[in-house]
Order: sequence, then structure tokens, then C-alpha cells
Amino acid sequence: MAYVTEHNTDYDPVFSDYIALLKPRVMSLVVFTAFVGLMAAPISLHPVEAFCAVLFIALGAGASGALNMWWDADIDAIMVRTKMRPIPSGRTSRDAALGLGVALSGLSVLMLGLASNWHAAGWLAFTIFFYAVVYTIWLKRMTPQNIVIGGAAGAFPPLIGWVAATGSVSIESVLMFALIFMWTPPHFWALALFMRSDYDDAKIPMLTVTHGRKSTRRHIMVYAMLQSALAVTLAFTSVGGMIYLTIALICNLIVLRNASLIWLRNEADAEADNFKFERSFFKFSLLYLFLHFLAILAEALLSPYGLGGW
Amino acid sequence: MAIRVESEMHRRRRSQNFGVAICLVLFIFLMMGLSFVKLTNSGPVEGYDHAPRPSMEEIDLK
Repeated sequence: MAYVTEHNTDYDPVFSDYIALLKPRVMSLVVFTAFVGLMAAPISLHPVEAFCAVLFIALGAGASGALNMWWDADIDAIMVRTKMRPIPSGRTSRDAALGLGVALSGLSVLMLGLASNWHAAGWLAFTIFFYAVVYTIWLKRMTPQNIVIGGAAGAFPPLIGWVAATGSVSIESVLMFALIFMWTPPHFWALALFMRSDYDDAKIPMLTVTHGRKSTRRHIMVYAMLQSALAVTLAFTSVGGMIYLTIALICNLIVLRNASLIWLRNEADAEADNFKFERSFFKFSLLYLFLHFLAILAEALLSPYGLGGW
Repeated sequence: MAIRVESEMHRRRRSQNFGVAICLVLFIFLMMGLSFVKLTNSGPVEGYDHAPRPSMEEIDLK
């Protein structure tokens, strides 16, 4: 692998450069979903223990983000979306990212084990390994299913939050995992449709490159249907209720409509309006996940007052 | 050896060092809080001293 990035030795990294290595935007999603998983669990933790659990899950996610930046420094330098990251822009060295990633991985797993339980710590260790090794190092540059497999790593936080509270995996935690797992591929395939030169230039085998754009549009439709089925199923478990069901029905109707608009149109139409539907699908899918988990949180917080849950 | 006047490197790395210091202090307080919660919320702690105790003996419910 040829590295195109050189650390600018005249520049000393500032603290925020190290924070940027942890992918704070991804961490915010991890914090939110892990917190919801923890709050929705039938066993409640002391607020300090809950805070520690969410903090160390987020730290683990940050560690895997740093390891991802360490390995992908060469392709990050090519893609417009990623070339201002700390390593390609010369603000930090690859070694610093590796050191930070390894140190925080160990610290986060150890501390989650001590603060919550070793079952949750085991899941966190597996998630870091899965994202950094299985996805980043092994599959990302090898298979067009990269985003499907990689999506699993981002789907684990609510399950880890649940296990941190209860000590075991349940159908609810698996369904929360499955919802994010199914949500991830269409979200990134929509991005790949309108940011096409990025992935082409970096030679990442995205579905748009290997199977064509028409096939990608079909895949988005199929995954949107699976995602909708899972989202509605979650409503009928112990974490669901009327609030969640109402939000899930509305959001999934919008997603299915948006996915069908992407599926049914051709490239000429998409280019003519600068990928309007693909962009709106991408933007709405961020809100979609937030609203689903917010609804689960609302059910959990309102159930002591007889308002949430079934 | 006398303490040197602040060098140019210290000035450049101030942000880095300051950030690490804050993280370490917060970590210490977090560990103190967590230890306090764990100790106050756990049940009675008994160390094993190789001597039979009533709490270790099986109760015959028959």
C-alpha cells in the first residue's frame, strides 16, 4: 500500500486534532443509541454507572474511528469528503492515530468491564475488532458488500448499552441492532449515488462501481423494505408502544416513498435535478434513525407514568 | 539543575498538554464517583478467611 500522506513536521498537533481522530460526529450517534439501549432496558443503573457505560462505549467507538483513520490514510487523502481529516491534511501522523486507537481500545474495554459488566465489555471489544480489522482492514477494499458488513459495527451500541444494564442479550436489543444494521447500507448507497467520483477515485468497490447504479437503486429499495419491516416489528416488543408505532409508521412510509422514487428513475433524470431524491433520502435517513430511537427513549421515560409502552 | 525558562516547544504544545491534563483530572473524578457508587450500592462484602461461617453453610429446608 502506497501512502500519499506525510505528517507536516513543522506543525504540532493541537488537542482538537486528536479529538477529530475519534470521529466525533459518529461518536454522537453512538452516544445517543447506546444511551437509548441502556434506558430502554428493564434494569435501571445508577446515573453515574449509566454515564460511565455510555462514555466508555463512545470511547471505544472513537478508538475504532482512530484505527480506521490510521489504516485508510491513503484513500482519505483522495476523497473530497475525507481529505481534510487530521492525517491526510498533515496535522497528525499515522503513528499517533495508531497509538491513540490502540490505547483507547484497551482503556474503553477495561473500564466498561469494571464499570458495568464483562459481557458488555466483550461486545465492545468485538465491535472495535469488527470495525477496525474485519471492515476497515479486510473487507472495505475487497467487496461491494463492505458497507453491509461494516454497518454491523455501527449497529452494536444500543445492544451494548442494553447488555451493560441487564448483563444479557434480548430480542429487543437484537432488533435495535438489526434496525441500524439494515438502515446503514441504503443510507451510504444514496450517498454513493450523488458523491460518485469520491469512491471511484479511491477505488473502493462500492456497489455503484461494481454492480452499477441501477442495481444500487434496486438494492436501496429492497433494504428500505427490510428496514421498515424491522422498524415496525420493534414496536410490538417491550420497548415499543403507541408513540413508537406512530413514528415508525410515518417515517417508514416516507422512506419507502423516497426509496421507490430513487428506484424508479434513471440516471439522466437524476443528473438533471442534481440527485434531488438521492440527497433527500440521505438527509431524511439521518432524521429517521434519530426519531426511532427518540421514540424508544420516550416510551422508556414515560412508562413509569403509565404513558409509554403497551 | 535550574528549571529552564519555557521553551518554544512548550508553547506550541500547550493546547495538547492542557487537554491531556483536563482529561486526566476528569478521569480521576469519574473513578472516584464510580468507586463511591459501587461501594455504597453493593451489599455486605465478606472476605474468605478459610474459616467456616454461618453464611457459607447450606440450609437444610426439610
